[in-house]
Amino acid sequence: MIRLIAMRELRSLLVIPSTWFVFAVLQFIFAWFFLNALESFLDFQPQMTQIANAPGVTHVITAPLFNMAALLLMMLVPMFTMRLIAEERRNQTFALLLSSPLSSLNIVLGKFVGLLLFLILLMSTLPLMLYTLAPGTQLDHGLIFSNCLGLILLTTTYVSLGLYISALTTQPVIAAIGAMAVLVGLWLVDLGASTPDSPWHHVSPLHHFQSFNNGLLDSRDIIFFFVFSTIFLLLAMRRIDNNRRYG
Amino acid sequence: MIRDISLELKRGEVLGLLGHNGAGKSTTLQLLTGCLHPDSGEISVCGVDLVHQPITAKAHIGYLPEIPPLYRELNVNEYLKYAARLRGIDSASVNAALALAKQRCGLNGVGKKNISILSKGYQQRVGIAQAIIHQPDVIVLDEPTVGLDPAQIRDVRSLIRELGDSHSVILSTHLLSEVESVCDRVEILHTGELVFSGTTAELDVRDGKTGNLEENFIRLTEQHEESI
Repeated sequence: MIRLIAMRELRSLLVIPSTWFVFAVLQFIFAWFFLNALESFLDFQPQMTQIANAPGVTHVITAPLFNMAALLLMMLVPMFTMRLIAEERRNQTFALLLSSPLSSLNIVLGKFVGLLLFLILLMSTLPLMLYTLAPGTQLDHGLIFSNCLGLILLTTTYVSLGLYISALTTQPVIAAIGAMAVLVGLWLVDLGASTPDSPWHHVSPLHHFQSFNNGLLDSRDIIFFFVFSTIFLLLAMRRIDNNRRYG
Repeated sequence: MIRDISLELKRGEVLGLLGHNGAGKSTTLQLLTGCLHPDSGEISVCGVDLVHQPITAKAHIGYLPEIPPLYRELNVNEYLKYAARLRGIDSASVNAALALAKQRCGLNGVGKKNISILSKGYQQRVGIAQAIIHQPDVIVLDEPTVGLDPAQIRDVRSLIRELGDSHSVILSTHLLSEVESVCDRVEILHTGELVFSGTTAELDVRDGKTGNLEENFIRLTEQHEESI
C-alpha cells in the first residue's frame, strides 16, 4: 500500500507541468553553480600547486555545490510538501484515503516515500555533473558519496517536517509558508548561535549536513536525521488520527 | 453534532437518509465510512467493528463523498485502478474490476480522458465507479445526483436501484423524489437527531391516503423543531 500511494504521488507530480518547470529551473541553477565552481578551480589551480595538501577538484567543486543545493531545497521542499495533505484536504480527495482500508502509517509513509523519490530524482543530476569530470581527472568518490547521502538524509528531514505541517492545515499556501518558516528559523538559530560549541547549532538539520559536506560520516548526525524525521512522521500520523476524531 | 442515532441496513436494501441542509447527513455518512470517529457508540460493518478494526471493516465499504474525491490530473483508468488497488484488489484482477465498474457506470468511452476535462455528470459517474469498483457489501453515497441533468439523474438512480439488488446502499439526499424512486427504507434526520425511521410507503401515507411524502416530511421536521 505504501508503494501504491508513493507511486500515485510520483505520477501526479510528473504529469503536472509546473513540476517540469521547477525541474528545469533547478537544473539550470545547479549547472550554473557547477560551472562557476569549476571555473574558479581552473583559475586558482596554478596557485594551488604551490600549497601543500591543496584541496582537490572534487572538494573545491562538490562542497559548495551540495551546500547550495541544501539551501535551495530548504526553500523548494515546502512547495512540494504543501500538496501532500493540505491540498488533498482542500480538494476533498483525502476522503478516498480515509475511507480506504489503510492505516495512517500507510498514508504518511506512502506520501513521504513518493515525494522523497521525486526529490532524489531531482537531485540525481548533481553527482552526474561531477562525474562528467571523471575522464579528465581523479575524483574523490568518498566525498561525493558522503555528500549525496547527507543531502538525501537532509531531504528526509525537510520532507517529514513539511508533511507534518501540511497535515495541520487545509490551506496549501499556509502549509508551504509554515514549513519554510520553521526550516529557515532552525537555520537562523544555527547561524545566530554565538559560540561554536553552543547547543543551538544542533537543532538545525543544515548544521548536521556540514560534516557530510566535508566528507565525514558521523553516526551522531545520521541519528539526528533519523530521529528528526521519525518524530515528524509520527506527529503527522497522530494529526491524521486526531482529525478523524475531532473533524 | 449527531446524537442518539441508530441505523441498521440489511443486505440488498437501499436506505435513504433524508434531511434538510445541515441536518447531519454527511457527518453521519462520514462516521459510517471511518472518515470520522464517533465520541461514543458503535458502528459495525458486516459484523466487524469499524472503530476497533477499521482496516477489516473498511474493506467492505465503498464511499462517494458529497464532492467526488477525484485526482484531476489522472485519467479515468489510472484513477479507478488506483482506487481499486487502495481497496485491496490485487493487480491480477484490477483490469476485470475496472472493466465492470466502467461498464456499470457508463464510462466506457472516456477511460483515457483526463478527469479534469470531464463534465460534472461524468465526474460524478467516476465518483460512483470508484465506490463500487471493489464490489463492496455496503455502498455509501452522499447526495449522488447533485448537479446532474435530468437524464443523468435518471441513469444514476437506475444504477443505484441495480446496485441495491446485490449490495446494501445508503444514500443521503434532500430530494424527496429520490427517496421515492430508489429507496426501500427511509430515515429522516433533523438537527443531528433521527425523527423518522420506516419504509418509504409508511412515510407516504397519512390518514389512509398516499401521496403525502412531502407533507409528512415537513410535518415531522417541524414537529421536531418545536419539541426542541
